[in-house]
Amino acid sequence: MALDKATVTKIARLARVRVAEAEKDALVGELSGILAFIEQLSEIDTSGVEPMTSVVAMPLPRRDDKVTDGGKQDDILANAPEKTAGFFTIPKVIE
Amino acid sequence: MTSLTDLTLADARDGLRAKKFSAAELARAHVDAMIAARPLNAFITETPVIAKAMADESDKRIARGDARPLEGLPLAIKDLFCTKGVRTTAASHILEPFVPTYESTVTQKLWDAGAVMLGKVNLDEFAMGSSNETSYFGPVENPWRKPGDNRSRVPGGSSGGSAAAVSARFALAATGTDTGGSIRQPAAFCGIVGIKPTYGRCSRWGIVAFASSLDQAGPMTRTVKDAAIMLRSMCGFDPKDSTSVDMAVPDFEKALTGNIKGLKVGIPEEYRIDGMPKEIESIWTKGAEWLKAAGAILKPVKLPLTKYALPTYYIVAPAECSSNLARYDGVRFGLREKGEDLTAMYEGTRGAGFGREVRRRILIGTYVLSAGYYDAYYLKAQRVRALIAADFANAFKEVDVLLAPTAPSSAFARGEKTADPIAMYLNDVFTVPASLAGLPGISVPAGLSADGLPLGLQLIGRAYDEETVLRTAGVLEQAAQFTARPQTWWKQ
Repeated sequence: MALDKATVTKIARLARVRVAEAEKDALVGELSGILAFIEQLSEIDTSGVEPMTSVVAMPLPRRDDKVTDGGKQDDILANAPEKTAGFFTIPKVIE
Repeated sequence: MTSLTDLTLADARDGLRAKKFSAAELARAHVDAMIAARPLNAFITETPVIAKAMADESDKRIARGDARPLEGLPLAIKDLFCTKGVRTTAASHILEPFVPTYESTVTQKLWDAGAVMLGKVNLDEFAMGSSNETSYFGPVENPWRKPGDNRSRVPGGSSGGSAAAVSARFALAATGTDTGGSIRQPAAFCGIVGIKPTYGRCSRWGIVAFASSLDQAGPMTRTVKDAAIMLRSMCGFDPKDSTSVDMAVPDFEKALTGNIKGLKVGIPEEYRIDGMPKEIESIWTKGAEWLKAAGAILKPVKLPLTKYALPTYYIVAPAECSSNLARYDGVRFGLREKGEDLTAMYEGTRGAGFGREVRRRILIGTYVLSAGYYDAYYLKAQRVRALIAADFANAFKEVDVLLAPTAPSSAFARGEKTADPIAMYLNDVFTVPASLAGLPGISVPAGLSADGLPLGLQLIGRAYDEETVLRTAGVLEQAAQFTARPQTWWKQ
């Protein structure tokens, strides 16, 4: 399926990635090309095939519900672009 | 005596133990070579001070007879592994300022085994690429060039800096990661050995995630024996990675017996693709003959869904990438672009922080996971992936290991494939199928193309059977006698 510019704009919005207007035309072509390529899969009959959801043939391991780590506020904030009083800060969301 | 930077990992290990030279001397020689090789742009961050400190510690250990398996051996680390206190960028603008406060499991294991860190090497941004041209820090040069041709060749990708560092002899070995071929293809392009172990062998904890059901770490070295030595120290169960396998790690070096008598080697018919260069086909035939001469039994096998592996990969990998990369939001780490509200900040940060290829994959991934398309694309791809894995399982009922080319060409020129994403993706046609099935694969340098560039052969094994893969690779290596090395043009 070929994508149009409106769809590219919509996907970019969903992905929260700003794409310059000037770049969108090129993206329409590139993404449509990739979609045409991956659509080859429709040639294969997959009825009755279970989707592969795990590469490793083993049950998901479980652990005891215990706190084993923590107390790392400084470590966690160390790379924050902006922080105040031990918190991450973001632009105002509530007026 | 051969120069210290020409030693294999195994010989350097033995030389250190025999006290022929010190770890400090070995580190110094590699740091000097690393500085001389700056024109290759292989390193994003050099850590000579850390290398010196680690080497000094190694010398103390060796002096008191307490050497660990990789004691004093200088390694380059792909800048996708988080290293405590050392900037880790994933070759992306969005992580440019990121200094982890923790160490990845795999690198911690290497340091615990005594290895010495030379620095963090370049890669395609977030490991997305096959030529190391998508790095925010600029492309890596392949140390190999066509004789009489000064044009830059790509080192392959995504582990291009790792491959260049090992090939040009400024690291004894390097870590790589492989999602669809990112260890094996650059190894082939740079004339070195690279093994992607079975999915689950190496912990993914602390490795910047690209596609979590495919990502796997592995060593990149100049010999098969070196790969076996280093792999052993990288593998092992880690409770911090839910897909890490709780299984004993074999002494891979012991698997290199050189004996493959009676081993059944499969030749997958479907890998003989249209338009495959003659020299790829002939090196493949040669490889098969070498194994046969060593006593292996060759068998044609069928992997009927091979041609659908790439399209499957280009649904699964972008889908997982779009989900994994959602964490880069300008709040907790990395780049932040100011915006008038939260959404504008997210969009501005991610628009400015991600490069073209990463943005493209995030968009494709978002699309195939979006409402109305999830079943048609993502679920379909997961079903085909199950069929591809079943193809391999069937083949391995009849054979012990598969032999195929690693890549459909030798190293191409810079810029040759950047205009067409699909042309770039086709580089991984021979490596992606094993990645989808989670199987171990190795690339071994097998010869030179007509124009003097390295060509690699790939062996793919059963899950958790790295030993057979390595043993067969050792035989290939022995037969190929690949002694060619790049001209050191960057030293002028």
